Formats: sequence, structure tokens, C-alpha cells
Amino acid sequence: MRIACPLCGARDRREFTYRGAALPVPALDAGAEAWSVHVHLRENPAGPLEELWQHELGCGAWLKVRRDTVTHAMLGVVLAEDAGLAARDGEGPA
Amino acid sequence: MGISGRFSGWRVLKEGLTGNKGWTPHWRDPEPKREYDVVIVGGGGHGLATAYYLAREHGLRNIAVLEKGYLGGGNVGRNTTIVRANYYLPGNSEFYSHSLRLWEGLEQDLNYNAMMSQRGILNVFHNDGQRDATIRRANAIINQGDDAEILYRDQLRQMVPFLNYDNNRFPIMGALLQRRAGTARHDAVAWGYARGADQFGVDLIQNCEVTGIDVAGGRVVGVQTARGPIKAKKVALAAAGRSGQVAALAGLTLPIESHVLQAFVTEGLKPVIDHVITFAEGHLYISQSDKGGLVFGSYLDFYSSYAARGNLAMQEHTMEAIAAMVPAVTKARLLRSWGGIMDMTPDGSPIIDHTPIAGLYLNAGWCYGGFKATPASGHCFAHLIATDRPHAAATGFKLDRFRTGRGLMDEEGTGAQHNLH
Repeated sequence: MRIACPLCGARDRREFTYRGAALPVPALDAGAEAWSVHVHLRENPAGPLEELWQHELGCGAWLKVRRDTVTHAMLGVVLAEDAGLAARDGEGPA
Repeated sequence: MGISGRFSGWRVLKEGLTGNKGWTPHWRDPEPKREYDVVIVGGGGHGLATAYYLAREHGLRNIAVLEKGYLGGGNVGRNTTIVRANYYLPGNSEFYSHSLRLWEGLEQDLNYNAMMSQRGILNVFHNDGQRDATIRRANAIINQGDDAEILYRDQLRQMVPFLNYDNNRFPIMGALLQRRAGTARHDAVAWGYARGADQFGVDLIQNCEVTGIDVAGGRVVGVQTARGPIKAKKVALAAAGRSGQVAALAGLTLPIESHVLQAFVTEGLKPVIDHVITFAEGHLYISQSDKGGLVFGSYLDFYSSYAARGNLAMQEHTMEAIAAMVPAVTKARLLRSWGGIMDMTPDGSPIIDHTPIAGLYLNAGWCYGGFKATPASGHCFAHLIATDRPHAAATGFKLDRFRTGRGLMDEEGTGAQHNLH
């Protein structure tokens, strides 16, 4: 597998660390149930999956990657900070 | 089962002298009935064992096992065949102890040659910290009623002289030996349970993918399949790496991610490795099949995958680890590699439990340890299905332990979070 880092270009999978499914992060005060769902439960699709990879041996950026879990085909990469997964300081959830 | 259906040395001799014309298929290939008391989804090792023990231990007969491909075509045919009971934490400890005892009587019980070989497993440690943790684990294993011995460097060297004892970073200090552990012929385990279940009248239905789970008023009432609808009083899921998709048919989301684990086998060689050997370094393990191939593997690839193949990075890691620990293996040619789809839970331990839907039972989350669990998984799952109470050896495998935080079984101590096991 190769991942096209938006900052560095296409690089080998060895440079990246898997950080799991890319899920919207609940608000800090969303409660234990919402956080348990977020931390533990997974759709676990056989097909396109949105997930986080970190370009650990490159620029260090966190990426949101869309990848097919059946074929390992890369379907799209954006910087995670642009993906609207987490609320930023002073904003509500995206 | 009739005497004529039993396998024996006498029968092999008789068939050999009469042209081997008396052998028959090991199980029937029935059409699905319209209704069963219990429908088991998944015709792998765990599903077949569940059907067998439901019939043998609990007297149920009206049972179907539905398999989307062929029997034993999933992980039970894709693993590295290791059988052991060397877990540390309560919950896992008594369960795998129960499983090893079932393994020891399995071939006589099933009247099937599963090539169970109690050749012993050696868990090698490399430093003081690992040694202390290993001794602690050995004590836990002895407390659970199984065998464990600590061997130090010189004792280990007498037993397995061909390891690299003087690697600069990972010198070998000793090992935990469990003599009753070993390997079994993985396919034969599935076939033995299939034949045993069939002889009790269980319908084993292949090429029968489940496409829907019917729920009415919070209770399961049947399944939709590629071969038509089937009513069922109880439905039991044992779909391993595909558990997420099958549970989704009932509207459930599981605490499971499916990951790929690779394994490797060399060309056939004369007997050279007598034990199963695992290494704390690199998660490496190796054994030799009865056919002569050296079978080995290491970590997951560590990303979600349903592709039954992995990537080069983990192949490189595994080869580097084997070259560092068992250098002689580098002279053997690699014959093939493959991947299996592992149903990984956040804490690395399995689930055998009710679901929120009445009559729907879940057996999943075996991570990379499902094969050794096969007999106890079937035995305990059958107990749960038949009695609605967990078996005494499987009280810890709760579905809601991640939500409540009670009873997490994180053997590696890395945290109950996905992608850490």
C-alpha cells in the first residue's frame, strides 16, 4: 500500500502509523454512553472505510484516508485537521 | 452412530484389503428445512463444535449450521494450528484450561484423527522484565491446574540448540515450557466436528449465506438465506472475521474491528523443530508441520482489512525476526504465505454472550487466538444457547464489558482500545 500524503506526496505504507477508524469525536460533555460508543463500537465495513493514519516517519501529519478494506485500494486522502472530525477551540462540533 | 460408521485401525485394514470401496462421505449434504430449534451462522471450527456439543451435551437434534462457503473454509483452515493453555488473567485462564482438557480427549470423543500432537510450547524471554512476567504467568498457569515449567538458558539450550542465544538486542535468557501444549491438524478438527454433528442429525448446509436476521418484538424468529427463509427459535452467530457484517443484519454494532494476520510456510524439510517456539521479540512463533514445512508468523498488519492477504512491511518484519532468532531457517525456501481475517476486540479477549435481542447469541472476538479455543468455544457457546446461562469456564466473555469497564481481559496490558492488540 502507498498513501498520498497531501504534504509529502505518495509514500510507502511503512512511513505511516495506523490510528484507527476516523469517527466524529463526541463533545467532552456528551456523556459516558456516547464516549463508550465512540471508543469501542465499529461499523467495521467490508468495503470503503474512513480511517486515520499518521505520517510518522514523514511530516508527522494526521491524515484521513478513505481505503477499501477488501482490495486495499486508496480512495482519497485529506489532512485530518480539514476533515471536521473534532470540535475546535471555541466552536461547536463540526 | 452405528459401528459401521466408526473409524478404527481394523477398518483401515479391512478397507485396504477390499479395495477401499466401503468409505462413504463424512457428512450428508441436506436441503435446509423450513424451521429449526437452533440455527448456527458460520460453519467453521467454532460453529461446528457448537452444533456438536448442543447435540451431545444438551440433547438437541433439530439444529442447522449455515455456511456461506464450504465447511472449514475460513479461519479454521487458515491458522497456524497451535494449541495451548498459557494465559494469565482470570476469565481467560480457566477457559483455555478447559479447552486444553477437551483437546486431550477430542480424537477419542469424535472418533476422528485430528493429529493432536502434544509436542510442548516454549515461550522464549529475552530480559529480566520478561523473565519476571513469565514466572508470574507460569504460577498462574499452575494455579489454574495446568503444567508450566521455567527453563533457563542452559536447560533450554540442551532442548533447542539451534536458536540464536546471543543476539545483541534480544539474547535468549530462558523460556516457559508447557509440555501439554502442541499442535493439531486444523482442517481435521473442523471435519471431525462436522462428522460428529452430522451423526447426531445436525444439518450442515453449505453455500448458504445468511442475508438477513428476522426479529419480531425484540426476539429473533429466523434468518433469510441464499437458499430461502428459515425459521429458528434461536440463532447463534459464529462468523469470526465477518461477525460485524452478520451482526449488522440484526441491527447490532459490535466492539470489533477485522484485521489481517499473515502466516508463512517453508518447503518441506526433515524434522528439525520438535516444539512450538514463540519469542517475546517481535511476536514471532514457529513450529514444524507433520508434512515438514516450517510454519511461522508474527504480528497483525495493524490496519482494518478483509483481504485474505497482507502487505510487504509485516512480511519483512517476520523474516527479520526469524533470521535473528532462528538463523537456520533462512536457508529454507519460503513456499507460500496467506492472511486470515481476525475479529479483534478492544481488549484482545473474546465474547461469548447473549445479545440485546432475545434468542440471538454471539460468539466472536477471537482475535488471533481462535484455533486453540475451538473445543471450549463450542462447548461453552452450546451451554449458553441451551441453558441461557454462561458455562462456568466462560463467565468473563461479556459483550458489555467495554461499556461498563468491568471484567476487561487485557492480557498484554496495553489498554482496552482498538489497534493496540
